[in-house]
Amino acid sequence: MLLALPHGLSFSQQEILVFLTINVLLVASYRLLTLTGEWSLGHVVIMGVGAYASALYSKHFGVPVPVSMALGAGTAALIAMFLSYPLFRMKGFYFLIGSFAAGEIIRLLWKRFRDPFGGPKGLKRIEPMPDFDLGIWQFDFFEPVCYYYFALAVVAFCLWLMWRIERSHVGLTFHAVHWQDKLAEAAGVNVRAYRTLAFVIASGFAGLSGALLAHYIGTINPNSFDVEMMVFVLTWAIVGGTTTFYGPILGCIVLTILNEIVLREMGFEQARPLIYGLVLIASILFLPKGLESVVQRLVRPRAEKMEERP
Amino acid sequence: MTVPFLEIRSLTMRFGGLTAVDGLSFQVEHGAIHGLIGPNGAGKTTTFNIISGFYRPTAGQVRLRGEEISGLHMHEVARRGVVRTFQHSTLFAELTAMENAIVGTHMSFRPNIFAAIIGWDAEDRRGARARAEEALDFFGLLPLAGERAGDLSHGHQRALGMVVAMAAHPDIVLLDEPFTGMNPEETKRMMELMLKLRNSGVTILIVEHDMHAIMGLCDQITVMNFGRLLAEGTPKEVRTNLEVIEAYLGGARHVA
Repeated sequence: MLLALPHGLSFSQQEILVFLTINVLLVASYRLLTLTGEWSLGHVVIMGVGAYASALYSKHFGVPVPVSMALGAGTAALIAMFLSYPLFRMKGFYFLIGSFAAGEIIRLLWKRFRDPFGGPKGLKRIEPMPDFDLGIWQFDFFEPVCYYYFALAVVAFCLWLMWRIERSHVGLTFHAVHWQDKLAEAAGVNVRAYRTLAFVIASGFAGLSGALLAHYIGTINPNSFDVEMMVFVLTWAIVGGTTTFYGPILGCIVLTILNEIVLREMGFEQARPLIYGLVLIASILFLPKGLESVVQRLVRPRAEKMEERP
Repeated sequence: MTVPFLEIRSLTMRFGGLTAVDGLSFQVEHGAIHGLIGPNGAGKTTTFNIISGFYRPTAGQVRLRGEEISGLHMHEVARRGVVRTFQHSTLFAELTAMENAIVGTHMSFRPNIFAAIIGWDAEDRRGARARAEEALDFFGLLPLAGERAGDLSHGHQRALGMVVAMAAHPDIVLLDEPFTGMNPEETKRMMELMLKLRNSGVTILIVEHDMHAIMGLCDQITVMNFGRLLAEGTPKEVRTNLEVIEAYLGGARHVA
């Protein structure tokens, strides 16, 4: 179904579909970070680190684009590792503020240094994905449909990786660190190492989503990764709910549909932040457990029947 | 034995101007149930927190089999075989009893992220599960393995706290006021579990301010008052010690 999806849509809707796919990866990686209980306000900037790094590698060092994307993701993870040393001296609210400050520092560095980051105008003419010829199938990655398939494949693989991590005992330890870090520590868990691990992995995937974005739109600037974008990510995660793997993804998809299709068609574009705010407040009031709780209520009777079987 | 199993040597802990523990020394023998008691504010819990690595002492040492463990992080202390429980029902409330126990097996079956992705951790997962089941069974909680820890009764939650500690395969378990908030029935059951745990080869150090609850349980008792050692010996010796009686009665008079 996901493969057939783009063909019924208009060109601009196809483009939105590409962004949606990338954002799904972003918000899913954000959830991985929140598994250890820390909410960051720097996640979108980390995504930008991946975008900038990948763009610069391909531009200045002539690294082929798919490779530069992987390197960009690696760079984002590496930066996250350095950031984790000061940041994980803090917890909870202080971590939130600290991550915001760290993100702003990175953003200001992009603005300040024209070389190599291009200053406030950012980077332009980023290398696109090279065309790809597979006999009967030709991929021209300027076409949103082709790029959609590429992004879909990458994102699906990443989601699978995150799913595997979460379902393993590593994921269980993340939960343990979240709910009772002292008890986890008493059981021999190196809490700080696990917080760092979650942060680094989540940042790597965020960086990859940034790289996917950069090589698609071809131009990035510091304002593409500002707080407003972060608020969108937070809204997706909160409206969707973060206790399940699919919650934030659901929130991202539903709100994107609301945002792009409903609001844009109705001509409410200027009021988008306002409506996002209303949606956030309404969901906290009426759906405090997020959209995922609705799904769970619908699916539960069937799941319970499954459990009865040995 | 020349090297004591767990040795607390002239331990001092100051918080600003307050000296919570003042030159405390005592030893815990291997395979014993050792009680650390004293009136409220005697510095028991502080001592306990130093041994488990929660605090770093101002002066003095904690030695396990001759190796200094004071000043290490809590998880490093745990990896040397000293595992603690917490005063209240501190559990992973959102996880099931089984998952709680599996977190306890963390040290024996250290999860590896790459193995987890490829699927090579199947053997470790089975091992961790078996160990967790064994620990749950030991405390009679296996029938409740699938329940959310937060939904269990108070007694079961306390037992689950010990399951988590036991799944970690400790040499010595530190129990922080294990009898608080328990009715006599639960207390009796908990005492049986502790004896069972000791008989399986685990040394136990209990902190408790209710003297009567552990009199029948401990092999050795250390009594603290105002951060100092007040008395030491078997329950019988401690019970008849005049200073101990005075400390407790004095405390009682203040309360009354």
